[in-house]
Amino acid sequence: MAERVGIVAVAQTKFEPRKWKERFQEMVWEVVKDVREQTGLGHGPGQIDNAVTCSDDFFDCRTISDAPIGDLVGAHYGPEEKAASDGLQAVFYAAACVASGHSEITLVAGHCKESQSDRNMITHCAFDPIFSRQVGLDYLNAAALQARMYCECFGVKPEAVARAVVRDRKHGLLNPKAQVQKAVTIEQVLNSPLVCDPLREMDIYPSSDGAVALIVAKESRAKKLCKQPVWILGAGNCYDAHYLGDRKLWQSASLKFAAKRAYNMAGIKHAKKELDLLELSAGYSYEELLFLEALGICNPGKAGNYIMSGATDLGGELPVNTSGGKLCGNPLIISGLARAAECVIQLRGEAGRRQVAGAKVALAHGATGPAGQHHSVMILSNK
Amino acid sequence: MSEQDKWCYEVPGKLEVPYRYFAGEFGSKFLVALRDQAKILGCKCPKCGKVFIPPRSNCEQCFVKITDWVEIGPKGKVVSFCVVRYKEPYLPVEPPFVMALIRLKGADSDLTHLLSEVDPAQVKIGMEVEPVFSDSRKASILDIKYFKPAV
Repeated sequence: MAERVGIVAVAQTKFEPRKWKERFQEMVWEVVKDVREQTGLGHGPGQIDNAVTCSDDFFDCRTISDAPIGDLVGAHYGPEEKAASDGLQAVFYAAACVASGHSEITLVAGHCKESQSDRNMITHCAFDPIFSRQVGLDYLNAAALQARMYCECFGVKPEAVARAVVRDRKHGLLNPKAQVQKAVTIEQVLNSPLVCDPLREMDIYPSSDGAVALIVAKESRAKKLCKQPVWILGAGNCYDAHYLGDRKLWQSASLKFAAKRAYNMAGIKHAKKELDLLELSAGYSYEELLFLEALGICNPGKAGNYIMSGATDLGGELPVNTSGGKLCGNPLIISGLARAAECVIQLRGEAGRRQVAGAKVALAHGATGPAGQHHSVMILSNK
Repeated sequence: MSEQDKWCYEVPGKLEVPYRYFAGEFGSKFLVALRDQAKILGCKCPKCGKVFIPPRSNCEQCFVKITDWVEIGPKGKVVSFCVVRYKEPYLPVEPPFVMALIRLKGADSDLTHLLSEVDPAQVKIGMEVEPVFSDSRKASILDIKYFKPAV
């Protein structure tokens, strides 16, 4: 049997609305330097021997957005591939590189500066140009269409959706890397200006800049590189149809299937009992509810009550987004990478004031595409 | 002058690539029917019998080629909707406006389009709507100018 694959180091920049002092290369430098120093590794045979990057051509306004960072990830006379998807897919791919024996130690580095462009204009371009784009679709109004359908289908109260924002903001206050460091009340969320009904300003993740890096290694190397490797027990991903009108938007079927694959690989039978924390890539408030249901934590339509009960707060039955989540600010493309980083920090017991006591198994989630078209799920553990 | 303006140079840029998006012979039939006859066509899978819009020449479930067309609508029902209140250069009309998922009569999937001639506060899921066709049609999805509440 192949050796297990462990994450041995993680680093994140502070997430900020506009990093004007640094180019994206310099953000990548910061996090790669950090994980190299944590492990004492350099690039090259016997050391970091492979790299998987994550970035987006449109956000970097050039083709082949990984080309300008090759020198930072060991790709000058070394192998590198880019995952042009959510960052969690880059971790998945890196783990596959190690599990297959292609690499012993792989670096993952993801970056995105949303501030240098216009997120809506970029996500607009993800739609079919002939039948969808001319109508004005983008990820924001696609999410609003889904939010309406989900909430109407199950009679979900706006207060329950707002409560998820309150929770993430409360957790974000405890994470020095989180962009938004401001608590809000349910009333403040519900009174924030309507942007795309039913979504209001505070339902929508803020524009953000940042980078994340981590190192994955095969078991025998991982144990020597850090005190507490975090093992990748399982991973899965799944796509849904491109056209919104082909999908059942009140559920998240693709997340359900992605989770099933990850649970099966990790041997998880009762997710709610076996997981100690979850990190969800919810860029819009209602997704916090929808995704919990698709992951099998709550029955369809019931996640709102669960969140309202405080069960997903730090100190609750199953804490969600102790990092503050994407709603506290992570760029679109690397949210899943930031989620994985938080899981690693938690499972290493290094989360400080936001530590989930005794955390052993965590779930990281990533999403891309309009209204959660594609989902990635990864199960991580310190055991 | 802000600290940023004083110390940080940036070069305004734009990715602009001329391109001809291709509807294909199959997809073009849908657009031509819109333009010449003000008719909305769905394509029908020969195996499962499902009728899709927008058109596609294969059924993702059955993995068979789709060649048949059926007229659908023109009336339909609102499946979901949102009210766009922000401005972006690509939006087809001035905000605020209503965007909706519409299930046309005879279709098995929903079309995303605009909804007008209605107060956004009065729009309801399940509301019956009908298309208003543009006077100068150009073989575009916007040959349907928008949908409005059915009379």
